[in-house]
Amino acid sequence: MSLRKTMEFLKRLISISAIVGACAMMLPQTASAEYADVVINNYADAAGMRPVVFPHWYHRIRFRCKVCHADLGFQFKAGGNKITMAKIIDGQFCGACHNGEISWSVENCGMCHSGVPGTPTQIHGSTVQRLVAPAYKSLDGGGAAAAPADAPAGGAAASKPAAKPAK
Amino acid sequence: MKSLFKAIAVTALYAVSVSMVSAAETKATPKSMELKEVDAPSGTVSSANTFNRLLKKPKQKNAPPPEDGIHDPDNEGSHVLQPPLVAYEGLPTTDFGNYVDWVQSLQKGFLNPRYDRVDPTVEALVMDLDIVREVKASMPDVIFPHKPHTQWLHCSNCHPKIFIPQKGANQINMSAILLGQKCGVCHGKVSFPITTLSCKKCHSKPKPEDWKPPLSAASQKNPWR
Repeated sequence: MSLRKTMEFLKRLISISAIVGACAMMLPQTASAEYADVVINNYADAAGMRPVVFPHWYHRIRFRCKVCHADLGFQFKAGGNKITMAKIIDGQFCGACHNGEISWSVENCGMCHSGVPGTPTQIHGSTVQRLVAPAYKSLDGGGAAAAPADAPAGGAAASKPAAKPAK
Repeated sequence: MKSLFKAIAVTALYAVSVSMVSAAETKATPKSMELKEVDAPSGTVSSANTFNRLLKKPKQKNAPPPEDGIHDPDNEGSHVLQPPLVAYEGLPTTDFGNYVDWVQSLQKGFLNPRYDRVDPTVEALVMDLDIVREVKASMPDVIFPHKPHTQWLHCSNCHPKIFIPQKGANQINMSAILLGQKCGVCHGKVSFPITTLSCKKCHSKPKPEDWKPPLSAASQKNPWR
């Protein structure tokens, strides 16, 4: 009798854990990377490299926005700068500092190319990425009409997971 | 006497018919549908009925790179990178974004990021000018402070491409900002995010005492008003 009871209990435990596990897998998996971490995957995946993760927080502790976005010519758009290793070793973009003088040099591939393979270009944690429904389109067409066809930085990559929260 | 019999007959007929109907009903009801008290095993509430199913909350704040879901833990370089919490120690905090108040960190001297790529002595070109933007709806008016913006950025970052430096020349609304236009080029992406907690950082000038929200046309023309 007691053996039967324990067996029943075990069966119930297994079924419960299976259900809980299934529920956990169905919940949207949100990465907990830093706000404003930029994943750049214009060419990396295609070249067999991990995508680049650029941490804004680390760089903003050392440099003001102006240094990269005014002096070095970085556009305010994830993936919008078309950075390649050829440009970097010529001293453009990241190469202005990552040259072994101001910061470590380009032979440390895995320090930048550290993203999970297949991660699309995005700004992690951006408001657009966190929207439950697509952004509101006002009646006078102000906001929506003003937006260009190719949605801004975080938006393009981010609006897709927002529409399908189940995965 | 006759009428009494009639009445009895009618009631009897009625009773029979009712009992027949109820019998038919009980016959039609399968045994499995009989109500039975069942205790659901705990923890089996369907995932469709969970509380606030659309709220996406980060599992862990300021996670170290190998655990943050974006860096590949199989990559050795991910383990060499500095964990953010090590760098954030002692900095003023907020409730959103990186959970660090970057403007306060700079203004109070907790951080001194370079304004020039190589020369650490270059001072920022700071302009202290507040711009007040009236808001049509009931939200407090917006004060745009040039000071914290010029401490971090250069004039050319915003003018004239994002904002035309002329009064009344820039149409701004929250939909556009959410879609990444105007203020949304940075805010909601890298500078503080757009959440319920951060509205008042911009919408900071209370409306005058006698201010009333403008009535919509549908309300003004309402014949039942």
